[in-house]
Amino acid sequence: MEASKLPGFLLRRGVKAAIVVLAIVICNFLLVHAAPGDPASVIAGQSGAADAVFLEQLRRQFGLDQPLYVQLWIYLKSVLSLDLGFSHRQQAPVAQLVLERLPATLLLTGAAFAFALAAGVTLGALAAQRVGRWADSVITVIALTFYATPLFWVGLMLVLVFSVWLEWLPSFGMSSVGVEMHGLEVVWDVAQHLLLPALTLGLFYLAVYARLTRATMLEVADQDFVKTARAKGVPEGRILRAHVLRNALLPVITFAGIQAGQLLGGSILVETVFAWPGIGRLAFEALLARDYPVLLGVFFCTSVMVVLFNLLTDMLYAIIDPRVEVAG
Amino acid sequence: MTVSRRGLLAATAAAPALMRVQDALAQGIAPRRGGTLTSILSPEPPVLQIGVNNQGPTLVAAGKIFQGLLTFSPTLEPIPVLAKSWTISPDGKEYVFKLQEGVKFHDGHPMTADDVIFSIMKFHMEVAPRARAIFALIDKAEAPDPLTVRLTLKQPFQPFLLMFDNSACAIVPKHLFDGQDYRTAPAVQRPVGTGPFRFAEWQRGNFIRLERFADYWKSGQPYLDAIIYRIVPDSQSRRLALETGQVLLTQGSDIEPFDVPALRGRPNLEVSTKGWEYFSPLAWIELNHRVKPLDDVRVRQAISMAIDRNFITQRLWFGVGKPATNPIASTTRFHDASAKIAGLDVKAAAALLDAAGLKPNAQGVRFTLKHLTLPYGEVWSRLAEYLKQSLRQVGIALELESTDAGSWARRVGAWEYDTTINFVYQFGDPTLGVERTYVSTNIQKVTFTNTGGYSNPKVDELFATARNAADAKDRQVAFSAVQKILCEEVPQIWLMEMAFPTIHDKKARNVITTGLGVHASFDDVFLTA
Repeated sequence: MEASKLPGFLLRRGVKAAIVVLAIVICNFLLVHAAPGDPASVIAGQSGAADAVFLEQLRRQFGLDQPLYVQLWIYLKSVLSLDLGFSHRQQAPVAQLVLERLPATLLLTGAAFAFALAAGVTLGALAAQRVGRWADSVITVIALTFYATPLFWVGLMLVLVFSVWLEWLPSFGMSSVGVEMHGLEVVWDVAQHLLLPALTLGLFYLAVYARLTRATMLEVADQDFVKTARAKGVPEGRILRAHVLRNALLPVITFAGIQAGQLLGGSILVETVFAWPGIGRLAFEALLARDYPVLLGVFFCTSVMVVLFNLLTDMLYAIIDPRVEVAG
Repeated sequence: MTVSRRGLLAATAAAPALMRVQDALAQGIAPRRGGTLTSILSPEPPVLQIGVNNQGPTLVAAGKIFQGLLTFSPTLEPIPVLAKSWTISPDGKEYVFKLQEGVKFHDGHPMTADDVIFSIMKFHMEVAPRARAIFALIDKAEAPDPLTVRLTLKQPFQPFLLMFDNSACAIVPKHLFDGQDYRTAPAVQRPVGTGPFRFAEWQRGNFIRLERFADYWKSGQPYLDAIIYRIVPDSQSRRLALETGQVLLTQGSDIEPFDVPALRGRPNLEVSTKGWEYFSPLAWIELNHRVKPLDDVRVRQAISMAIDRNFITQRLWFGVGKPATNPIASTTRFHDASAKIAGLDVKAAAALLDAAGLKPNAQGVRFTLKHLTLPYGEVWSRLAEYLKQSLRQVGIALELESTDAGSWARRVGAWEYDTTINFVYQFGDPTLGVERTYVSTNIQKVTFTNTGGYSNPKVDELFATARNAADAKDRQVAFSAVQKILCEEVPQIWLMEMAFPTIHDKKARNVITTGLGVHASFDDVFLTA
């Protein structure tokens, strides 16, 4: 990519991204409000006693007594000034609620992502290199198994083996609570808590990357330029790395880009099974409680991430494969 | 002998509580200071200010931070908490509470009669629907001195004392709320009460930590250093947390009933279903009387007779709870054991439906009803499936609809259902927790009112008599009569007197000592070494 094209490209894409995000915000708002029930009726339903005054008080406090278009206008204005609103249910600003969950979310999804990408591509490459032999079969079977097994089941089984049976690792939470710890102890403690959920979440994506890498590598390996390289007498290892793997990585990057965009969204299933205090559960519980501002706040953050990572992925293509040109 | 039945009950109820400490001492287990009790909250409460939020988990955790004037024994006798003693005038209209001395809020302010009157007359009147309905009866609230509160009622109200448990009327600090919007005051985020534990830390989605309040008014208590409530959203993970000893106590719906038998077999765990007497939740099939043919009493009787309540309690709830016999739970005051709904009788049920003119079609179906499954966990889905099968036996086809908590609450509140399941707290007295479901004056588009739309002038009249009578004997007469009528007319299909399993490590002592169980302050709970 020529450097002179970059600013124009970024500007055009930036404007498009802003429009997309705005459209998403409006869609989200309407969708969320279309769900039956509202936070007041949920609270009334959970309180064991209610009266009409109570419902009216809550609706007034939550701003739900206004017409929908007024609520939308108020929300848009606050989002444009980067204020994500206030959760009346939890009596806290949405930005604070989301930010509190962000470190835990990024730690879990980031660890799972790095593990899945590294191990997946490696296993995929190994399988492609040994295609048709027993190592290939073993890797393919493992990948298929993890691909087809529900996440929560894998999680529960890992807990049964490593927490209940072997008693090596804690079964839930992000850290030990109520214990004085310092420095490396904290890191070690969190790492122990992180291992099982990250593995659970990572195994699924590992399977995806392994299968994707293997398939595209086999495809590329048949192409003429690989045969030419081999005819020239290039060593087999170099052919694999420089000619096959590099060309095979494009689909993997596409998929990694999509997954990276979802990092912020967390994983509801894994966070639920392991009681991990991440953003996925925040969103899920906000949905159940009809806590509109929180739900919209999470949606907003995740959609911005997806748009951002799509942009980054497009730019990364150009770096990996110079034939690809960026275009607005 | 002139000892009243009530007084006798009180005496026998008090005895085990006293015995327990002596027993413990005799066994060489003196209450031990120190240690952290780990437990679970599920779902995570939105805030911990009782009154502003009254969900089950809120009441459990905030029950350690706040206290009421009284609490109640398993037989619903009042036990002093912040009120040291109390007197009721012979006409039943004047209540005088003497407060404990030396009670401090967690911020160091002394608690006085001013705080008590503020809590009753302003705070709970404004935020809590349950309190609002009852405290409106108070004509005058005065503080003759800083440690005395005198409440004068407009009319006698016999269940009045039951409203002074922490879960109904927590005493809040006036200086942190007066003049502000009670729902948004900063104290809602950092609750301040008089209880044995103070709010220390809350990492949302992760844990709530309460720590020992050193200036607690009972000297030497509480015994525990801290209580930590972990937030664990998955029921299987909660079970594992208990089994692996990562938490020492679970309560409420933390553990699904079908997991209870396995945990009963664990030598280190104790499973109890006591401690729900004050709330006494009763579960029923909620019928919408506006949907035909549910307005026909024969149809309702037939549905009731087609259901095996023993199966439900033994096979779905594994013995946690007991079959309902009438609209008032046997642990609630004024339950009349002689008023009973008809038992399981499939043939009689079919005959009743025939008599109602509802003939089966070629597939054996007389009519079809929708059933909104209660979205509160796996066991309720199993119940819906069981009901579908048992009603099909008498020719009623039940179509199950699944939903989430938000939609359920909205649809029940808007009367948009044929049948669903509901369970409702009785709060110790039928006037407080039973009347609301059956009187025609309470037919409202709000959950936990008479959403079914049942209406019978005689029932209205009897509930009114019981509400207004100053004397317990007169109230019993009216409640007995109304129980007989309701058992005949089965406006709702009562299924089960619910209890929830409290499961704890045997190291934890005194976990359940009152009729409020795990909602108690835990100032006497300790861990053996």
